[in-house]
Amino acid sequence: MKLRERLDAIKKPFGKGQKFERFAPAVNAFDTFLFVPNHTTHKGAHIRDGVDLKRTMVTVIIALLPAFIYGVYNTGYQYFIQSGIAFTFWDALLHGALKIMPMVAVSYGVGLAIEFAFAVYRGHEVNEGYLVTGLLVPMIMPVDIPLWMVGLSVAFAVLIAKEAFGGTGMNILNPALTARAFAFFAYPTYMSGNKVWVSEASNVDGISGETILGSLAAGNDVSYSMFDMFVGAIPGSIAETSTLWVLVGAAILILTGVGSWRIMVGGVLGAAATAFLFNLWGANALMSFNWMNHLIVGGFAFGVVFMATDPVSAAQTTKGKWIYGVLVGIFCILIRVFNPAYPEGVMLAILLMNVFAPTIDHYVVEGNIKRRKKRLNASLTPAS
Amino acid sequence: MSADITLKKGLNIPLKGDASKVYSTHKTSNTFTVYPDDFHGVVPKMIVKEGENVSLGQPIFFSKAHPEIQFVSPVSGTLTKIVRGAKRRILEIEFASDGKDKATKHKVTALEKLAADELKSLLLASGCWPFIKQRPYDVVANPNTTPKGIFISGFTTAPLAADVAFVLESQQEDFQNGIHALTKLAPKVHLSVAADDTSFLSSVQGVEMHRVKGIHPAGNVGVQIHHIDPINAGETAWVINPEDVARIGRFLATGTFDPSRTVAVVGPVVEKPSYLKSRIGEAVAPLLEAVGINANGQVRIVNGDVLSGSTTHADGNLGFYNNTLSVLAEGNHYRMFGWLPFVGSNIFSMSRTSLSWLMPKRKYALNTNMNGEERALVVTGEMEQVLPMDIFPMQLLKECMAQNIEKMEGLGIYEVAPEDFALVDYASTSKIEAQAIIREALDVMIKEVG
Repeated sequence: MKLRERLDAIKKPFGKGQKFERFAPAVNAFDTFLFVPNHTTHKGAHIRDGVDLKRTMVTVIIALLPAFIYGVYNTGYQYFIQSGIAFTFWDALLHGALKIMPMVAVSYGVGLAIEFAFAVYRGHEVNEGYLVTGLLVPMIMPVDIPLWMVGLSVAFAVLIAKEAFGGTGMNILNPALTARAFAFFAYPTYMSGNKVWVSEASNVDGISGETILGSLAAGNDVSYSMFDMFVGAIPGSIAETSTLWVLVGAAILILTGVGSWRIMVGGVLGAAATAFLFNLWGANALMSFNWMNHLIVGGFAFGVVFMATDPVSAAQTTKGKWIYGVLVGIFCILIRVFNPAYPEGVMLAILLMNVFAPTIDHYVVEGNIKRRKKRLNASLTPAS
Repeated sequence: MSADITLKKGLNIPLKGDASKVYSTHKTSNTFTVYPDDFHGVVPKMIVKEGENVSLGQPIFFSKAHPEIQFVSPVSGTLTKIVRGAKRRILEIEFASDGKDKATKHKVTALEKLAADELKSLLLASGCWPFIKQRPYDVVANPNTTPKGIFISGFTTAPLAADVAFVLESQQEDFQNGIHALTKLAPKVHLSVAADDTSFLSSVQGVEMHRVKGIHPAGNVGVQIHHIDPINAGETAWVINPEDVARIGRFLATGTFDPSRTVAVVGPVVEKPSYLKSRIGEAVAPLLEAVGINANGQVRIVNGDVLSGSTTHADGNLGFYNNTLSVLAEGNHYRMFGWLPFVGSNIFSMSRTSLSWLMPKRKYALNTNMNGEERALVVTGEMEQVLPMDIFPMQLLKECMAQNIEKMEGLGIYEVAPEDFALVDYASTSKIEAQAIIREALDVMIKEVG
């Protein structure tokens, strides 16, 4: 094993008691990417499952890829269609890639730099969670957002939403959504309106890239068919538009057991029921927007499948996951319908429920504690 | 027959190297060792000095906290060495057997005439007492308490563990007598058998019988107690392994301590996994030689099953409680890109991020590699999947780490033993050490609550 020997030689100055010991986490992060380490069990169970956090996180990335690739394509497709230029599949893909790959690079570059710095500072290994966050952030941004805003949003999210709470596993809010929320409130002109959702829309007059929810909130008609909405050939954040490819990702997450199907099903049920009730009411355009369409436009599908299911910021108990999922769905539609300033409700709905997830869990766990107390009291009072 | 307790959660790990139901023979060793660490929390006070002669069943040390609990020699011969560690803590007590088995004899009256107190003092003096352990805390039972019941699990579900009915085949009468004795010590004796059990265990008299259906850890006595009569704050239950019930029965018939132990030597690197008639504290080397070890590199020898047993070594000896001796290959090697999902499916995984779930009948030669590094707790729901109890494992573990006693009580710390969390160790994506956390938490409870 030549490569292994070379790596061991490189790692020598980072070993225990050596000169660069404190930088070991940074080197280990690369080493463990190449090789599963030779660590053996030293206490507890002598054998361990083949799964680890790397494998879990990479599975999430695999699940994200269909929606990501379609998002790259759709970026080019929207641009060429709206500007009336003839194009091929590869033209669209190339146009999208040139726009999006720099965003991905900035997101990973800034985020991983902060993660590595904290790992060295705190003396723990680099957690793999950012591999997912780093891809999610560009996927939920509008395509024309300046790269420095991506970098700044990522820095805010990792520092304030994650590391300030103690790092991976401790954060209250989903870091990727926090990045988006930061950009949304700090630079609203880049994150909303009808000029940001299609590539070059603000530079080329012919392009009007309004999202469906945006048009509805403004009281306009929607010109897209249900099929377009489902496949995703509509303007929107980069990778959120295609319900079809999000569902492929959902299938991967559910089949591998990595994503909670309870949260996903709960979210869909909550949103469908709420939207259906509003259909019956029908006081404004968004209320009377068919409940089935609510599920396939905007970021709802993407949010429920990939963001709401983040195990750290979601509810952690089985019962809690159902409650949390349903509430995400309900609040998403409520925000869409009642607050025209935020036509996209799913981001705020998930962040809101992130905050309430510990409370939901608290009451579920408290139920267990109460059951146990009741049993104790019953045993103390002898049956007469 | 139908089951009265059905457990759906859990995990059977399909490990290679299950013992075939035959006895192998080995050349009996003449070095024996008692490890005081087998008796968690007991501070040993030596009675016999180095170099003195002992008889089989002669007390060699007692518990500092409960001097009436005597620990006896498994052989007759000489106490050759007391190995001490840091702060002079006694780690090993070594004996050289003279092969004569000259035994200390106790006067035993007929069981029917024996009062509970007399029985208790006989068990304490004879060295039989330490086989009885208590819940909560998973330590040697406190003889001054009366438990709400004595619980015996008549089957095992741990990977490759010795088969109870097979081991007890020739000891049926002793087992029944042992049960009769135990009924004097507690208001109820519970015996759990597998739902499909057809052995003599199903017809044992004097017990409350429970038929349990389920995969590992359904055979863990703690899981069974939780579903039969859960332990509340302030209550105790006693537990004892079935083979040791027969041992007590034999002692009451003969008046001498019987140190014999049927051991299943198992594991993926064992050539002929089978049963051996051995003795408590016997050196493992001749046992391993008898079954043959076939491994390229180093091996891990485990006293007990591969999930909850303790590590020993080639020069080590059998522990006090275990009737399974597991041997695994050490996994101290690197695997290139071993973390990729859907590849490397020759390592079993509960998660479907490996393709091993598509091959339900396959058996695996697992080794001791961690298969990853320790990480922050991220994945939720996997612990719940392997703990068939009305307990929130992740929340309990977090309160244990925070040493929040009130919350630990509320979340059921009295109902668990480290072995119940062995599968949590195994299944954890973040590679946390759940058994160690539970053990430490139980020790905190002993200190703070008692």
